[in-house]
Amino acid sequence: MTTLTHDPIDTASGHSHAHGPTGLMRWITTTNHKDIGTMYMIFSFIMFLSGGVMALTIRAELFQPGLQVVEPEFFNQLTTMHGLVMVFGAIMPAFVGFANWMVPLMIGASDMAFARMNNWSFWLLPPAAILLLGSFFVPGGATAAGWTLYAPLSVQMGMGMDLAIFAIHIMGISSIMGAINIVVTILNMRAPGMTMMKMPLFCWTWLITAYLLIAVMPVLAGAVTMILTDRHFGTSFFNAAGGGDPVMYQHIFWFFGHPEVYIMILPAFGIVSQIIPTFARKPLFGYASMVYATASIAILSFVVWAHHMFTTGMPAAGQLFFMYATMLIAVPTGVKVFNWVATMWRGSMTFESPMLWATGFIFVFTMGGFTGLICAIAPIDIQVQDTYYVVAHFHYVLVAGSLFALFAGAYYWLPKWTGHMPNEFLGKLHFWCSIVFFNITFFPMHFLGLAGMPRRIPDYALQFADFNALATIGAFGFGLSQLIFLVVVVKCVRGGEKAEAQSWEGAEGLEWTVPSPAPHHTFEDAPVFKG
Amino acid sequence: MATSAHLLIVYLPGVDMGFASRITASALPIAYAACVSAQDAPSRYNLQPPVTGIATEIYSMHTLMLIICLVIFVGVFGVMFWSVIHHRKSRGAVAANFHENTAVEIAWTVVPILILLGMAWPATKTVIAMKDTSSPDITIKATGYQWKWGYDYLQGEGEGIRFLSNASTPREQIEGKAEKGAHYLLEVDNPVVVPVGKKVRVLTTAADVIHSWWVPAFGVKQDAIPGFIRDTWFRAEQEGIYRGNCAELCGKDHGFMPIEVHVVSAERYSAWVQGRLALTAAAKVDDAREWGLGELVERGRVVFEANCAACHQADGKGLPPAFPALDGSPLVQGDKAAQIDLVLKGKQGTAMMAFGAQLSDADLAAVITYTRNAWSNVSGEAVQPVEVAAGRGN
Repeated sequence: MTTLTHDPIDTASGHSHAHGPTGLMRWITTTNHKDIGTMYMIFSFIMFLSGGVMALTIRAELFQPGLQVVEPEFFNQLTTMHGLVMVFGAIMPAFVGFANWMVPLMIGASDMAFARMNNWSFWLLPPAAILLLGSFFVPGGATAAGWTLYAPLSVQMGMGMDLAIFAIHIMGISSIMGAINIVVTILNMRAPGMTMMKMPLFCWTWLITAYLLIAVMPVLAGAVTMILTDRHFGTSFFNAAGGGDPVMYQHIFWFFGHPEVYIMILPAFGIVSQIIPTFARKPLFGYASMVYATASIAILSFVVWAHHMFTTGMPAAGQLFFMYATMLIAVPTGVKVFNWVATMWRGSMTFESPMLWATGFIFVFTMGGFTGLICAIAPIDIQVQDTYYVVAHFHYVLVAGSLFALFAGAYYWLPKWTGHMPNEFLGKLHFWCSIVFFNITFFPMHFLGLAGMPRRIPDYALQFADFNALATIGAFGFGLSQLIFLVVVVKCVRGGEKAEAQSWEGAEGLEWTVPSPAPHHTFEDAPVFKG
Repeated sequence: MATSAHLLIVYLPGVDMGFASRITASALPIAYAACVSAQDAPSRYNLQPPVTGIATEIYSMHTLMLIICLVIFVGVFGVMFWSVIHHRKSRGAVAANFHENTAVEIAWTVVPILILLGMAWPATKTVIAMKDTSSPDITIKATGYQWKWGYDYLQGEGEGIRFLSNASTPREQIEGKAEKGAHYLLEVDNPVVVPVGKKVRVLTTAADVIHSWWVPAFGVKQDAIPGFIRDTWFRAEQEGIYRGNCAELCGKDHGFMPIEVHVVSAERYSAWVQGRLALTAAAKVDDAREWGLGELVERGRVVFEANCAACHQADGKGLPPAFPALDGSPLVQGDKAAQIDLVLKGKQGTAMMAFGAQLSDADLAAVITYTRNAWSNVSGEAVQPVEVAAGRGN
């Protein structure tokens, strides 16, 4: 479907980093979308490993009943920081990294619209990460109020809480700037001929995600700022004794928090929608309905927030509204899954690493979708709220969903980034280890939650011992499996089978018209896109 | 509760078995859960056996949802895996070129909506029933504290009863120095007692941070929010002991504030009420009389273990900076009026709560006396209940 009217290699010649600073200064001062995309991804992988170490410490403590490894106070710090680091440090920046690398290549733009702001939005992240991780070492340790930072518990915390608040502020500014950049790039810098409805789906999902980010990150900033002033400046936003309301915090937080969930999954849908047609060698089924489904999910995400709060005691009418609205999300999500399956149907499929990960994503993510539907039913949710059932649910959609899609995308575009094909054996090993250990870790948590094990506890009643032991073994397997990915990437950067411009047989799109690795500057003259 | 023998079978393996056998145990067939019908036996694979009408509705609604989801799951992934196996390039499959079909796309939008409507109907009825807290036989207020529950019987038989309910699992069991008991972390010193078959309305609130009062077998989970009162209700249809936990992260010992409800016959309930009211009368006498230093310290040690040691630690060293040491503390060694005032009213913005609302004058006098005469603190002076009562007036 894609043809190009001139040779892109021509535009790339002689422009690499000849006239920029070299060494460390190259990375600090770079305004190149590819360099910045690379830095985003390296940063997010470091944060992923840090959050993973916290997760494994949590699982080590939960291996057996009783307190063995950490004290309850530190345990709560670990669960809190694991959540914050994974959400704001690992998953979100990884997707921004993908957007930086791929959006300009996919729409035929020479760079992001605001190249200097792009540099700034990345370089805000390391200081934020230092504040966040450094909070472990201040008196009283890191915040232990849960990643949701519910008041009034968060008001009780030590100065680690203040560091977390400032880290969130900084990461929020970074996200908003990144999102503005993506919106402007997509709306203004598409190659001639590429109309909105001919854009690759990854660009569509990121465009919608960027609007969500711009809408909700300020809401989170407001919520944590109110906690900050409640803590230090005598305000009572969330203190009933001063006329405030602790539940108002939850409303504000989840007005951010629910769209945030989709911020972390919509770009994943986009990645998978690029990969499935490539390896099925067949166009994406229902392109238009994919776009509409993504937009519907995004709009619905603003009216479902209180399904996180069914146990706070809202009126029956409120519970019913939020229950119905939440159930409705199953419809566009279902449409997406059906479209992917229909794309595979009567294709000519091969299962290289990216396709394995994408297929695994559909399979396991859908299980998380089903438990999401079950959680949407208010009376059932009241039973499973704040239990391991919910822990299982959101790890099925965030790990098997967002993370698996990120790996799928990484294997898919590594040839374009490095110029070498990823090692197929290691890629497959990484996939099979991950999917098996993932399920060993998280599937038993459904049983734990149903049977009544609360989440965020360092110790538990004896009937939960067996499944917890199993989950811990799975978690260590899963954690170690991720090191395979590191090996794959390092090998890929250092050498390996040369990648063609069109690295995969069925791949279509402008990014496959430039050489692999993509030269430092691409599309300095806009290509003409004939879809 | 003739199930203790059975419980031993279920519980003990978790304690001493090796890794391998524990993993095997977790792979026990799901049918096992179904045959554990005794009310007190722990559930392992599914929601706990319900003992109220609401919990029963939730249980069957969950089963129904699970079946519907499984059917859709098998359908969708049957198609996907059939395609994965047969539509492979290596099997000579040639890609078709279709990429839309309006009829199919409308069908898979509309059919799910119809399925959802079918799911929403029973759920709506249950939501409305759960919210109907009108005309209860007994009303109990549950107050969440860091980290225990307080109960006030506000209306119905037993009106006027109030007590605190602390986790009673010994510290040695948690630290692995003693074998863990059958109800490890699910047992309390003063359980809630309610009569069978009566509608019990539970008002929830909290003194410090948000907690959540949860008894799975009743299908009841209601957040306890400081400064606000929420309510929920249950009517237990079966006598027995039902156990739950605090379900909202509330700080350090969130995992150690269980809920234990005894559902008993009407006669046993009346007897329990009489006993409780007699204790209340005795407490009044304690609050009025003059105490000796020795008996205050002795009682104070017990009160300290139950209410203070979680933060300030049994050795009085605390866990600074969050939980300050009492041993050697200038406040504890200083003027007793200041200490009485702090213990009664708590310290805003910290985990130090206002104990005035929780403990009797005698208990407060005892525990303050204890801290002033324990470890390296040697004031040698007693704090009398009447002094605490006077402190309440300030």
